[in-house]
Amino acid sequence: MKIVALCGVGVGTSAILKINAERALERLDIEADVTATDVAGVSTVGADAQVILTSSELVAAIGKTNADIVVIDNYFDVDELAAKLEIALG
Amino acid sequence: MPLPPLPPEAIAIGVHVDDWRAAVTAAGEALERSGATAPEYTQRMIAVIEEFGAYVVIAPGLALAHARPGPDVHSEGLSIVTLADPVAFGHPHNDPVSVVLGLAVTSSDEHVLLVAELANVFNDALVIPSLAAATDADTIRALLGVPTSTEEPS
Repeated sequence: MKIVALCGVGVGTSAILKINAERALERLDIEADVTATDVAGVSTVGADAQVILTSSELVAAIGKTNADIVVIDNYFDVDELAAKLEIALG
Repeated sequence: MPLPPLPPEAIAIGVHVDDWRAAVTAAGEALERSGATAPEYTQRMIAVIEEFGAYVVIAPGLALAHARPGPDVHSEGLSIVTLADPVAFGHPHNDPVSVVLGLAVTSSDEHVLLVAELANVFNDALVIPSLAAATDADTIRALLGVPTSTEEPS
């Protein structure tokens, strides 16, 4: 399973999202690869992803995708990430 | 990997700003004063928000201002600015912002360990309001887990 953490420029925020998504997945006992990427790369990196994690501000930039888009409000809140990932993957 | 030490120049407490641009500029100027970046980097941090919106407001009250690595980044750096009065960045959930972190990295790879440590620090939800309320640099350093001025190696 592949999950993409998306931010505008691919350094900083998407890496924080990736780290905390991995912590949430570990808590849920779900195995998945989490890849951080930027808006420019999401169409290729996200092509085979099941879930794209991002900010509400960036949803419009994603374009056409088969992945579930999951909006995260607080990137540091592992509880929020775990709850939303459980719904998306359940 | 610990966060880089925060020199006095990289910390600004209780700064008065009128809008998010001034808040990001203050974080950029702190990076410039600490020697990490050139003024162009500050402009690029603003341009990221102009292009992509307020997604850099990644938690309630906290903005992580940053841009891609570039020739205007002299060295990896972190700055922190707390605002006297919080300002709106335009984020639907996490406004208003009272703490702005400025982050500069020289390559896309080295930042991973640094932000992992940031994630460790901010997984504690009390850190952001505590930073916003801090009145001296060593309180901020202690909250971020970096050496305080009395602990620095000689």
